[in-house]
Formats: sequence, structure tokens, C-alpha cells
Amino acid sequence: MFAAIAPTSTWYLILGAVLFGIGMVGVLVRRNPLIMFMSIELMLNAVNLTFVALSTQLTDINGQTAVFFVLVVAAAEVVVGLGIIVAIMRRRSEVSVDDLSALKG
Amino acid sequence: MLFAAEKLAGPSVPWFYLNPLFILLGGIVVLMLVGSLAPQWPRHWYGVFSAATAAITLISTVLLWDNVTNEKPRAIFGDALALDHFALLGTISICAAVFLCSLLTSDYLQRDSDDGPELYVLYLTAAIGGIIMVSSNDLIVLFLGLETLSLSLYVLAASNRRRSESQESGLKYFILGGFSSAFFLYGIALVYGATKTTNITGIFTALSTSQSVPRNDVFLLVGTGLMLVGLAFKVAAVPFHMWTPDVYQGAPTPVTAFMASAGKTAAFAALLRVTLTALPTRVDDWRPIIWVLALLSIIVGSLLAVTQTNVKRMLAYSSISHAGFMLVGIEAAAHPNSPDAGNGISGVMTYLLLYTVLVIGTFAVVGLVARKGDTATELSDFKGLGKQQPALALALTVFLLAQAGVPLTSGFVAKFGVIKAAVEVNSYAIAIAAMVASVIGAFLYLRIMVSVWLEEVTAENTPIQVPFLTGLAVAMAAIFTIAIGVVPGWLLDATQQVAALTGR
Repeated sequence: MFAAIAPTSTWYLILGAVLFGIGMVGVLVRRNPLIMFMSIELMLNAVNLTFVALSTQLTDINGQTAVFFVLVVAAAEVVVGLGIIVAIMRRRSEVSVDDLSALKG
Repeated sequence: MLFAAEKLAGPSVPWFYLNPLFILLGGIVVLMLVGSLAPQWPRHWYGVFSAATAAITLISTVLLWDNVTNEKPRAIFGDALALDHFALLGTISICAAVFLCSLLTSDYLQRDSDDGPELYVLYLTAAIGGIIMVSSNDLIVLFLGLETLSLSLYVLAASNRRRSESQESGLKYFILGGFSSAFFLYGIALVYGATKTTNITGIFTALSTSQSVPRNDVFLLVGTGLMLVGLAFKVAAVPFHMWTPDVYQGAPTPVTAFMASAGKTAAFAALLRVTLTALPTRVDDWRPIIWVLALLSIIVGSLLAVTQTNVKRMLAYSSISHAGFMLVGIEAAAHPNSPDAGNGISGVMTYLLLYTVLVIGTFAVVGLVARKGDTATELSDFKGLGKQQPALALALTVFLLAQAGVPLTSGFVAKFGVIKAAVEVNSYAIAIAAMVASVIGAFLYLRIMVSVWLEEVTAENTPIQVPFLTGLAVAMAAIFTIAIGVVPGWLLDATQQVAALTGR
């Protein structure tokens, strides 16, 4: 009976959309910059999953090539993001984005 | 054999047309090597070297102009990059921004007893990203350029380690920038799903002719929407503008100037290219979105600018309102059936070039008034500038009048261009809104001028020094602003060609 519900690429598209949504909500509601940052990475990887699923669906290799570029960009983003977060943590013991409120108006 | 000796055929690389990128790359490599291997260079050498690199890049770009005129706009590098006047003008704006900002940064670093090649390396890297964005002909290449630019800007914004505001602005920019990049990327993925290609001209072909590609309208609509959201974040259009005031206020002033000029140029060029080259057949789907973004940006930007007390925040909101004006130009360009639609494209690109010079000039003066530590940017810190430094105050007045769009300044030429384009395609409502908002905006610039000229120097306002390089940059920007305002004809003639995008 499991053969009847073999996952198709559409399932992966839906999974990608759900993961993207989780990441989006994570950025909007969490207050720890590290968690927000992880949520952004989740969003990027949800897009990767979407690319691969579409690539399979369309039988076209370009979608899978795009994933490599996105992976590189995500890695570069980790370097820069963690650098900035570490620079801030050196000044303060704990970081919540609510504490970063010098700039407003 | 599965992978028989089939040679992998790469695209032919047109080295000559990639000159601007290679010159910038050479500058980066030299600065990085010198920074880590050679003994410390004398003061200002790093900044002047970076400015010289940008100037050489600018000249090499101008030299390509006639070549493109003769041999027609075309796609190069296996269709990954577009070679057209549009890309060249964007490159010129970005190089001008790097040139002026390098001069400002040199004095800024010296005033705060700091020196080193890092900021210039980041400027040049950001410029490479920006140039790739303005000349990309593939959405993935566009994304790579966008990230190269953005990652450099995040670090630049957080670069002042003595001020916690700088780091706060860097983190805010990073989180929101990464968030918007993810939206943009998801949009690319869905458009790819609808058209089976990420190539910008390829998308146009797929949407306008062939029946063989899977045309899924839900994917295309959602993808278009997500890409617009991502780009609207980058150009700081209302309602995606929340990061702008905080980041502009917190970042070091020369960096703010760079973000407002080069960052905006690259993002707007990308927005134009995506909407007008890839999706002109679906113009009825996305033009209303641009219309709403333009209207909201103009009105909200102008109104909120008036309520601020910090000059950097005021200028941030004013830059949001300028983004609205540029969106008016895009809206005007989005009437493919009208013979005058091309004026919208050249209007926006001219606006970007003129605004680049204007805004850097303005922030250069703000950076000088900010004094040691880069903190004195409240409106009260500008009191009596007219008595202390009349020449500097005069230059600031020129820039502010130009931002308000007063005739005989470049700002008038810029605003007139986009509003004229809107009127020509009968978008009267938005043209009228733009004119009304520019009157509201004028009040803001007058407030700064009143503080500069009419109020007395207070005790805590320490004297301001004008260092040579910054003075030079301000003088060049002011002369350009007035010169273009008085004789705009040659520039408008040259930018007329910009409307011929590759693949349109």
C-alpha cells in the first residue's frame, strides 16, 4: 500500500515551502540573533530543496547547478554573519536583538 | 563509457569587455597583499590608490561606450552577462561612488586615528558585486552579484568597532538583508519552475513564444511577487524600508554614502532588468505593485523625514522618497505599448547617476560635521556652520537644494526626467503625487539650511576642519551638481541610448 503513495517531486516542493515558512516565522518571532541567523539558513536551504525538486520535475540540470551557487553564498554568509555577531558579543555578555535598541526613531 | 572523452565546452570569455571587473579585482589583490605583507603605507595612500583604481575602471568603462553603440547591445559570456549602455551607465555610477567614497574614507579614518586597506578592499569588492548586478543576464548571476555587494556592505556597516551603533546597524542590516535575499532566491526558484530557465532573456523568450515549456502561472505569479519583495527590500521601498534609517544612522558616514549611492544603483538596475527584460509580457501583473510601492515610498519617505531630529536619519528617509521617484520612472517604463516607455528607463538611470553624486556630497558634509568619533549628527550640531565654514555650508546648501529638486541643479534634471516619463505614458496620478511630495520634502531640506545659516554657533559646537581629500570630493560633487543642472543636454542625449536593453 505504500507504493501507492510514493512521494513525487510535488511533495518536495510543498516540503520546501513549509520549511521556508518555518524559517520566515523563525526570523520574525525569535529574538536571539543566532537563532534568527539559523532561520535564514533554513530559508536558503528550503530554496535549495525547491530547486532540486523543480530540476527533477522539469528534467533540467540547471536547477541543480544553481544549488551549488546558493551553497557557496550561504557559506559566505555564515562567515560574515558570525563575524558580526561575535564582534557584538565581545562587548555584551548576552545578546538579544531587543537589547540592540540604540538606533530608533 | 558513461563520461566518455567528451570535452566540456565552456563559454567563450570576452576578456576585453570584462576589463572593469579585472581592474577592480587587481586593485583588491594589490591592497590585500600590501595590507598583509608590506609595511604600513604612508597616510592616505590606501585611499588614493582605491580612488585611482575606481577612476581607471570608470575610464575603461567610458571607452566601451562607443563600442556598444557601434556593435549593438548583446549578451556575452555564454549569455550570463549583458553588454549594453544600461550596464555601462550603472558601472559608471558605481565607480563614481567608489571614487568619491574612497576620498571621504581616507580622511574619516585619519580623523579617528585609524588606517588600513580593509575598508577600501570592501568598497572595491562591493563595486564588483554591483557591476555584476547591473550587467547580469541570468538570475543566478544576479543573485551572486547581489550577495557579493550585500556581504561587503554588512561588514562595512559594522566596521567601526568603537561605536556600538555601528555594530548594531551591521547586525540589523545583515539579518534583514539575508531575509530579503532568501525571498529573492525563492522567487528565482519559482520562476525557474515556471519557465525552465534562469536566463533573463531566456525567461522572456519562454513567456512570449514557446508552448513547449511548462507554463505554470501560479509559480510565475508567486515567483514574480517574491522577487519584487526581495528587490524592494534592497532599494528600500516602503513598506520594506524599516532597516534603512537604523542602518544609515549607525553605519560610519562614508559607508552610509556608499550604501545610498552604489547599493541603490545596483539594486535599481537589477529591478529594472528583471522586470523589463524578463517579465515585460506580464507587465499587467507587476505594474500595480510598482505603482503602490512608488506612491507609498514617496509619501511615507517625505512625511517621516520631516519628523526626524537626526540628520542621518532625515537623509535616510529622504533616500526612501528618492527611491519612490525612481520607482515612478520604472512604472513609466512598464507601458510596453507606449512609444515613450523607454524614457522611463533612461530617466531612472540618469536619476541614479545624479543622485549618486548628490548623496555622497551631502553625506561628505555630514561626515565632516559629525566630528571626531563620527557621532555629532543631530540637527543642533549643524548650528552656525554657515559662520564657521561658509564654503562647506554653501556646498551643503547646493546639495540640499538639488535633493529638493530646485531648477539649475542636477536634482531638478533627475526628478523632471522621471516625472516627464510618467506624464508621457498618462500615469498622471502618480506624477502629481510625486510633485506634491517633493514640496513636502523641500521643507525637510529647508530645516537643515535654517539650522546651518540662521542659527548661532553654540558652545559645544567645536570648530570643523575640512581636510584636503574630502574638500576635493565635496568640490567635485558640487561643481558636477551645478554643471549638470545648467547644461544637462549632453548627459540626457547620452543616456537616451540606455533604454535599449539587451534582449528587448
